[in-house]
Amino acid sequence: MAVTTAQSGRAATVKSGISAAVADALIAAVIAMLLALPILTYKSVEQQTSLEVVSRWPWVLVGVAAVFIGRLALNLIWPRLGGASDGLARLGTVLARLFERVGGWRTAIGALLGLTLAASSAGWLATSRWLDLLLIVPLVIGVWRRSPAWLFLGLALFFPFAPGATRYYVENFGILVLIYVMLGWGLNVVVGLAGLLDLGYVAFYAVGAYAYALLAQHFGLSFWICLPLAGILAAFWGVILGFPVLRLRGDYLAIVTLAFGEIIRIVLINWQSLTGGPNGISGIPRPTLFGLEFKAEGGFADYFGLEHTSLHRIIFLYYIILAMALATNWATIRLRRLPVGRAWEALREDEIACRSLGINITNTKLTAFSIGAMFGGFAGAFFATKQGFISPESFTFWESAIILAIVVLGGMGSQVGVAVAALVMIGGTELFRDLEIYRMLVFGAAMVAVMVWRPRGVVSGRVPTIALGATRRIGSDLVKEGHG
Amino acid sequence: MEYFVQQLINGVTLGSIYGLIAIGYTMVYGIIGMINFAHGDVFMVGSFTALLLFLLIGLTAASPLIVIVLAIVGVLIVAMALTAVWGWTIERLAYRPLRGSFRLAPLITAIGMSIVLSNMVQIAQGARVKNLPPDIKDRLSGGFQVMESNGFAAVVSYRQLIIVGVTIALMALFTWIITSTPLGRAQRACEQDRTMAALTGVDVDRTISLTFVIGAALAAVAGVMFLVYYGAIDFYIGFVAGIKAFTAAVLGGIGSLPGAMLGGLLIGLIEVFWAGYVGSEYKDVAAFSLLAIVLIFRPEGLLGRPEIEKV
Repeated sequence: MAVTTAQSGRAATVKSGISAAVADALIAAVIAMLLALPILTYKSVEQQTSLEVVSRWPWVLVGVAAVFIGRLALNLIWPRLGGASDGLARLGTVLARLFERVGGWRTAIGALLGLTLAASSAGWLATSRWLDLLLIVPLVIGVWRRSPAWLFLGLALFFPFAPGATRYYVENFGILVLIYVMLGWGLNVVVGLAGLLDLGYVAFYAVGAYAYALLAQHFGLSFWICLPLAGILAAFWGVILGFPVLRLRGDYLAIVTLAFGEIIRIVLINWQSLTGGPNGISGIPRPTLFGLEFKAEGGFADYFGLEHTSLHRIIFLYYIILAMALATNWATIRLRRLPVGRAWEALREDEIACRSLGINITNTKLTAFSIGAMFGGFAGAFFATKQGFISPESFTFWESAIILAIVVLGGMGSQVGVAVAALVMIGGTELFRDLEIYRMLVFGAAMVAVMVWRPRGVVSGRVPTIALGATRRIGSDLVKEGHG
Repeated sequence: MEYFVQQLINGVTLGSIYGLIAIGYTMVYGIIGMINFAHGDVFMVGSFTALLLFLLIGLTAASPLIVIVLAIVGVLIVAMALTAVWGWTIERLAYRPLRGSFRLAPLITAIGMSIVLSNMVQIAQGARVKNLPPDIKDRLSGGFQVMESNGFAAVVSYRQLIIVGVTIALMALFTWIITSTPLGRAQRACEQDRTMAALTGVDVDRTISLTFVIGAALAAVAGVMFLVYYGAIDFYIGFVAGIKAFTAAVLGGIGSLPGAMLGGLLIGLIEVFWAGYVGSEYKDVAAFSLLAIVLIFRPEGLLGRPEIEKV
């Protein structure tokens, strides 16, 4: 419904006839010109004593010309694309039917399995054939269970050993994406399942990170003891911050959670004696594998008689966060079937009906807040141990905004969608790190474009938690977004 | 006592700036019920536009006062017009395609637009703090002495007078627009029931566009005032000021014009007094805590109407 209004709106703005198209393109060019004036056409440059302005007219004129030509081309071509897009949609349906006819996911994953086996026997995959099993075993299960989830799991498990996955990619791409996948799944409990709009989720991430850093610094506790403690502390803060906002709904809830997130960050900056202020905490201990440290002498490599490389620690961190993310996913799926999970979804669909059926709204909201916060706290503790250094810089509002964007862009409540959105948004921007300054610009523009293209998120179908008779996918238009 | 009066004057000035930005939030929220997160960055764009215009005019220390005043008025008008185009474009690109869609979609596009705007300015103008040329700043310094004792004087500077004066004039103008022009009537109609307004012949799309244009123009005014008052801006001012102004809008009761002004003044006063008497570290915590307390005990804000829920 939303998509059709967007399309009809776009169609209405497109004029027919060459002269109308040119006029429309001229208007677009004039608007682009006005937008660029003077913020893009002149640059202020610091000289010794004062600011000077440097003109950039040629670039802006090129840009305006590009807008004119682009709009003109769109005006002339778009009306003729109507039939083509219909054809594309029909082709999509035919392909989907064909996919089902040839056996769906079972055949697709089976084909991949065959390719993998061939590549493995040719020795093209990991350095050791045993490591190939990380990919092969999930694919075999995937063929058996007919589920694409196992395909993704296999790829994630195999990623650190894949050919071409250097230390740089595992650390800055793999681990980072998985942190955001986990944060997205954690926030999904609050926003996607319970329908409570939380703009201060980063607060719990920060609580987890500082909990581990401080406990390790002052009491010398190890990562594995601190991990549950960080989760419990974050959940505790979830209840503390959730309690006063129980009565608030929608945007009011959003703004108060945003305020709480900012308050926690400001306290972290200013409580110098405890948190080290803006300088943060450094020297946070690394995690160990059953007491084995990842160091040159007498550590993991020595124990197993391997040659020491720093890659071991990175791969170990990768599997920790993968396990944590999978645990989050598993717990969320299980929680959805429990009475409390059903209460969350009922709350999202209709709070008044929920209350009249005798569901305790207070407990339902608080459990959603605290469980979401707990996952955030786990992720925070991991972030602290991965970085070895934390400062309030890492916990700004923009982190909350990006996590929320991942949840909404992925399709609220859809576990796969959230993972895909995190992969595309975070992974995509990390791959283009060379284009440093344009990275965030493109990130923001992509957020707008994806949302306009698919307002209900990339994965817009849902599988109901419980169904009468056979379980069937439904469109996400049928799922409410909650009132907060 | 003098210290108190001085803080009061400073607080009212800061509050006026917040109030002007808050009006943009409150009008947009009133009419389409969304948080326009990009509004703070529109304010920032307005501020940068004004800075570049001042630089292009090229005032010197020798320019007579009348030229400086005319320059400020001219910059104000041009910056309002150019920033209004930004407001219109943002609505057209990011919000109109999602009209009638679900509630979170425009929130995400607003956050996306905010990222786009702040990064665009960062790329186009550099990340460093930009200072207003001292020639302009010096000509505007000075002011009236309100009271004096023990060598401490409470002063109202000309800049503060300009800011408060312009704010009062604009408030009066926009109250008049909302209450007694066809545009204001259309806006109030859309606020109450968009479908019904469309059925009675109100052009809803145009009304909403104009709301964004007005909001952006007011944000530009706030941007010029901020530039003249502090004399230094960077690409990040939009976020902080935007959050404060939104807090002000919610505090005063979102959707209410006098509420936005009242909320802005309250936030400005709290910040200045907290910084003056307690310490500047936790001034933002004080403002946000007040917001949380007010919302918990009066969820509709100070001057807002309670939301009636129909089953």
